[in-house]
Amino acid sequence: MTTEGLGISILWLFLYGYIIVASIDFGAGFFSYYGRITGKGEIINKVITRYLSPVWEVTNVFLVFFFVGIVGFFPETGYFYGTALLVPASVALVLLAIRGSFYAFSKYGNPSSHLYHFLYAATGVLIPASFSTVLTISEGGFIDMDGGVPHFLPVNLFYSPYSWAVVFLALVSVLFISASFLTYYANRAEDAQAEGVLRQWALFNSLPTIFASLLVFMALWKHNPEHFSSLMDHSIWFILSFGFFLNALRLLIVKRAYGWMFISVMLQFFTAFWGYGKSHLPYLLYPYVSFHTSVTNPTMAKFLVAAFIGGMVLLIPSLFLLMRLFIFNARYVKGKV
Amino acid sequence: MDLALQSRILFGLTLGFHIIYATIGVGMPLLLLLAETMGIVKKDQQYRLLARRLAKGYSITVAVGVVTGTIIGLQLSLLFPGFMKIAGQVISLPLFMETFAFFFEAIFLGIYLYTWSRFKKPLFHLLVLIPVAIGSGLSAFFITTVNAFMNTPQGFTIENGAIANIEPLKAMFNPATPTKVAHVLTSAYMTTAFVIAAIAAWFILRGHRNEYYKKALRLSMMVGLIFAVATAVVGDLSGKFLAAYQPEKLAAAEWHFETKTHADLLVGGTLDRTTNEVNYALRLPSMLSFLATDSFQGEVTGLNDIPKENWPPLIIHYWFDLMVGIGSFMIVLSCIFVACRIWKPQLEWNRWLLGLIVLGGPLSMLAIEFGWIFAEVGRQPWILRGYMTVAEAATTSPDVGAMLVLFSVIYALLGILTVYVLVRMARRNPVEPLLDARSEQA
Repeated sequence: MTTEGLGISILWLFLYGYIIVASIDFGAGFFSYYGRITGKGEIINKVITRYLSPVWEVTNVFLVFFFVGIVGFFPETGYFYGTALLVPASVALVLLAIRGSFYAFSKYGNPSSHLYHFLYAATGVLIPASFSTVLTISEGGFIDMDGGVPHFLPVNLFYSPYSWAVVFLALVSVLFISASFLTYYANRAEDAQAEGVLRQWALFNSLPTIFASLLVFMALWKHNPEHFSSLMDHSIWFILSFGFFLNALRLLIVKRAYGWMFISVMLQFFTAFWGYGKSHLPYLLYPYVSFHTSVTNPTMAKFLVAAFIGGMVLLIPSLFLLMRLFIFNARYVKGKV
Repeated sequence: MDLALQSRILFGLTLGFHIIYATIGVGMPLLLLLAETMGIVKKDQQYRLLARRLAKGYSITVAVGVVTGTIIGLQLSLLFPGFMKIAGQVISLPLFMETFAFFFEAIFLGIYLYTWSRFKKPLFHLLVLIPVAIGSGLSAFFITTVNAFMNTPQGFTIENGAIANIEPLKAMFNPATPTKVAHVLTSAYMTTAFVIAAIAAWFILRGHRNEYYKKALRLSMMVGLIFAVATAVVGDLSGKFLAAYQPEKLAAAEWHFETKTHADLLVGGTLDRTTNEVNYALRLPSMLSFLATDSFQGEVTGLNDIPKENWPPLIIHYWFDLMVGIGSFMIVLSCIFVACRIWKPQLEWNRWLLGLIVLGGPLSMLAIEFGWIFAEVGRQPWILRGYMTVAEAATTSPDVGAMLVLFSVIYALLGILTVYVLVRMARRNPVEPLLDARSEQA
């Protein structure tokens, strides 16, 4: 594989990792608030808190990893996106700052504060929406060049049906991923009540996820026909994705094998995300930045790959330890430790 | 205000806010490690309780540190895209490695905060803290190499406006790296220790005459003294580094215009901007030569030998003096405390001494701020010294002003809430009942 191919694959995997862990996190925040105002908070909050507490910081690192990595491997993306995205990215950062801090404030400082809890939940829904605009912008049509300097066209973004379709997809996906994971988790915790509530929420968000995906396909066909036809060339990934979705839905309905159910959900998003990424290439920002031309100097690329491998040797056992201690530890999950 | 200035203010604001949390983030694991070790070695539950309470507050500052650190990472590209386009190719390695160090720290901090009673032996819980301390130290190391590179860039060449012949390790281990990293680490350990000492002294002053607070005060003042001295030693080495590699920064810091030997060190004073004459300053004869060259006869380059458009703002003299002044004050203060403890135990809990220690916490944090302002403003007009000015690197997006307002509001809110939440935590969970419970158990 070429260096740029390797680089973009690594980054894409990390972005996928972020989407899964962040979705669980964002959705959990939303559900925990929703539970509070609908009176179901008592039932589900224990499960949610037990999962979130030890991992919330780690989630954030996946994101930092992605944007540091992409600027490292493809420095031109930093220049183009950096110039164009000042306002949307700043808004996303502010939301992220509120969310991260308020989690700690409400968790350790003031557990009963309604306002902290509300802000934590609301930002959890707004962050995926604001981040998803980056994916929209990558399709082209929202940046124009003015004397060699990129300019962002926010009005175009606001009136673009494609942009809203992506936002909608991001929202329902977050809720679907989160609810299906928490269903699995509640089941492991042998908390039947929480499992019942969460399973309902997972089912409730399942069909909208597919509906939103179809909307995105249709809107993209209008917005960027070239990418759409490339998407069709990779349609096998999306067919696979739909297959995994049906399997997850089946297991949710028959209330069986929640572990496999969540793995199916992960594969559903992995295949769709991989197909989308593959068809997006060679452009990182259509039509200005292609991954062939913007790749970093070969010496640096070699060092980055070496640093990545070295980092992974440290990280994988540590993540494994974290999971053994908390997420996949039956006694911890059941609240006995 | 032009965009470059707005970008500078916004980035400075973010950094200035972040380093408060980052300093504690780097320093606290060491203090926790020491407190837990003392608890195990001396079989003293009070030290373990100290570690536990510090860790609770730490979880709040870490959260804000993580989010503001994320903001800096992205703002680098958002506010200075021109810089990232060129230098991004060289600094991506340390930035990338910093993320790994941070990842490592985050994983083990999560484990540490949630396993107080998980392990049968307290030693295992202590061991979890070692990767946290290593991770936070390493991330400080990597990110400081980036800043050092901006001060003394090397390990690349510019060919037709594009960067070429990159040598990543040479860029990372540039001449500024050793002194910068050492100064950042020692000052972080020193500041965190003095902040903890200030809190302990505050409780003692308020009438909490419990052994617990005295132990906390003695431990943190001892650590503070050691690292305050280390910070001063490294600071002296930094002076010699500046004289050799960034003479304009040192000359501006000391209002040193004529290149000469036996140069005086100026403390305080005012500058007449029309004649460049210094008034009211305390002159320490030949001390600047000593700081710069290790010899009282050494020659120190003056500003007049540097093109005027490359002069840093002369105001940095005050930041430099304030930083050094606070550092010296803290060394003296902690010496007095330790001396009292050894020779005059009846003076150890003197109200005046405790009052000064309370003051020392915020002062040390201010010294961190002053030091960074001095270091950063002192390399103006460059963003990449000798290669690129800040004006060339700044964004062309017209909305920086609005973002400046947005982020100012957020930082003010987060700052106030951090203090509010921490104070509330301390008030709601007084230590005395916990101590009673623990002594009954034992």
